[in-house]
Amino acid sequence: MDFELAPEQQEFVRTVRAFVDDVIRPNAERWDEEHELPMDAVGQMAELGLFGLPFPEEYGGSGADFLTLCLAIEEIARVDSSLAITLEAAVGLGAMPIWHFGTEAQRKELLPPLATGEALAGFGLTEPGGGSDAGATRTTARLEDGDWIINGSKSFITNSGTPITSFVTVTAVTGTKDGHKEISAIVVPTGTQGFEVGKGYRKMGWLHSDTRELAFNDCRVAESSLLGERGHGFRNFLRILDDGRIAIAALAVGLAQGCVDESLRYAHERSAFGKPIGSFQALQFKIADMAMKTELARIAYYRAATLKEQGRPYKKEAAMAKLYASEIAVDVARDAVQVHGGYGYIEEFPVCRHFRDSKILEIGEGTSEVMRMLIARELGLPQS
Amino acid sequence: MNIVVCVKHIPDPNIPGELEGGRLKRSGVQGVLDPGDEFGVETGLQLKEAHGGEVTLVSMGPPTAMEAIRRGLSMGADKGLLVSDDALQGACALVTARVLAAAIKKSGPFDLVIAGVESTDGYTGTMPSTLAELLDVPQVTFVKRLDSADGTIRADRQTAEGYQVVESPLPALITVTAGVNSPRYASFKGIMAAKKKPVDNLSIGDLGLSSEEVTSMQQIASVGSAEARKAGEVIEDDGTGAQRVAEFLKEAKVI
Ligand SMILES: Cc1cc2nc3c(=O)[nH]c(=O)nc-3n(C[C@H](O)[C@H](O)[C@H](O)COP(=O)(O)OP(=O)(O)OC[C@H]3O[C@@H](n4cnc5c(N)ncnc54)[C@H](O)[C@@H]3O)c2cc1C
Repeated sequence: MDFELAPEQQEFVRTVRAFVDDVIRPNAERWDEEHELPMDAVGQMAELGLFGLPFPEEYGGSGADFLTLCLAIEEIARVDSSLAITLEAAVGLGAMPIWHFGTEAQRKELLPPLATGEALAGFGLTEPGGGSDAGATRTTARLEDGDWIINGSKSFITNSGTPITSFVTVTAVTGTKDGHKEISAIVVPTGTQGFEVGKGYRKMGWLHSDTRELAFNDCRVAESSLLGERGHGFRNFLRILDDGRIAIAALAVGLAQGCVDESLRYAHERSAFGKPIGSFQALQFKIADMAMKTELARIAYYRAATLKEQGRPYKKEAAMAKLYASEIAVDVARDAVQVHGGYGYIEEFPVCRHFRDSKILEIGEGTSEVMRMLIARELGLPQS
Repeated sequence: MNIVVCVKHIPDPNIPGELEGGRLKRSGVQGVLDPGDEFGVETGLQLKEAHGGEVTLVSMGPPTAMEAIRRGLSMGADKGLLVSDDALQGACALVTARVLAAAIKKSGPFDLVIAGVESTDGYTGTMPSTLAELLDVPQVTFVKRLDSADGTIRADRQTAEGYQVVESPLPALITVTAGVNSPRYASFKGIMAAKKKPVDNLSIGDLGLSSEEVTSMQQIASVGSAEARKAGEVIEDDGTGAQRVAEFLKEAKVI
């Protein structure tokens, strides 16, 4: 067993770290305050090829593997979760469904602008009435004169309203089959009549990532906008979410590592009772636990990503990595604030933002409860 | 346009350095491409993009110095040449210049040689000028902006008072300052492509240099820490404070 990253992955990690230190770190706090996706930074991430990492070069990508994408997400999340989720959602939710389920014509048309980062796409699954119960989709699409007519709404859709968003893939009920809802995925270009993108939410964290509510009122798109087979929408997005969970685990590890880094530094700098606070056993034990949890979560996502690369089953490992990494990220962020004392509650210190950014990790792309249900099912426990 | 960029592999300047017998400890420490040389590589790449041609990276150092060449290749340079030889350990600036001159001549005809103003570890700043003399080409040092490089070069040359606009025929050697551009980051595609780019490993024998030519003329007599800065003068303002500050600035020739 070899726990080393390939030399080119190590070199790439160093590159991304330098980029993050130069371009993102000096601005993250200001962007968080401005609540707006910094398009300049997104453009620079695109120049670095981040949005096309796991796609072949003929589609505008870099031909890297999925783990390499996760490494980039982790590096960015050490400093800025909003930009890390922007990248994660752009690749995992925006481009990946096209890559996996698109026809060759759809791939050729839709993928290159996403892979080069000229455009972003969203994936709309969650609805006001339910996210975990994705099968309860109420949005409908019916065929009429060779067009899909879409009606309904979606909530919390990442990257759906940026200045460069070119489309959103939405799930909709396209009929019934054997008494079950038939769910399909349809590509809806930005600007289509009847497709309305709402204002951003007032969120707890991820303040400069783009999250919006979408409304569809007799929104009409060509029949060829169907993505993947009709009726396979549900099955297909479950697969997309498996991958996404590994990437969210990487994001959580990045956030936790950022908290460990900041706490280590502060524990040296800050003194109380005439000694650096890092010399007190209570804080030493806390920081040791933070570092341990982070390292174990990292190993969990490396393992899930490796299984996926090897073409072996990884559903359970992906759910475990996501569940563990997101829960330790919240713990580690809370402890990092504690290490910082009152300053941890003040925005000038990054751990304050990290704490706000951490909670969503236990919710997005499958809640902790859903992860436990999934793991239980994979373990073969009887289902109610 | 054939461009040669001199690159140096140095101990990571972000990690406190250690001494080993009067010299900076180099083996077993994390090394990086000298951040000052990234500006040289970027200058070379921009010229190539504007005028076509090839960017060749030349370095002298232990085998691990290949990392610096790889870094430059990942950024987009075309090929690399590393001179490695046990006899070169602790080489002085003159020996380094001789070795690089021989390596550059061996790599073929060139239009422009680019180097950083000085290395981030040694800071002598004498190597590039020596190299230009050995190559018998004009040198333009401290370039903070490069205008054209079409047959001749026109450059803004940083001076203490401002800058000079200098023109020189090619081939020539320039040294670039940290203000000249912002070096690009290596993309994953660049890193993968670098693995397939040609690199040459040469010894001093391959360059036809005699052992005399590579014997350092400089000896390091001793190394000590710089004198700690003395405490400044504190002026209590008894009404003549401003006068005293003005005198101080006059003495320092600031006003
Ligand atoms: C910032 C942000 C960005 C997002 N981006 C996207 C996006 O790009 N695309 C997208 O489609 N969605 C997105 N989401 C939505 C997200 O995936 C959902 O919020 C999430 O899946 C939970 O769904 P819900 O909010 O409807 O909660 P609910 O499903 O209503 O859950 C409420 C609670 O009940 C629990 N629960 C539900 N069912 C069960 C059960 N059977 N057993 C035990 N407990 C259960 C849940 O775990 C949770 O604790 C985003 C959300 C946020 C906040």
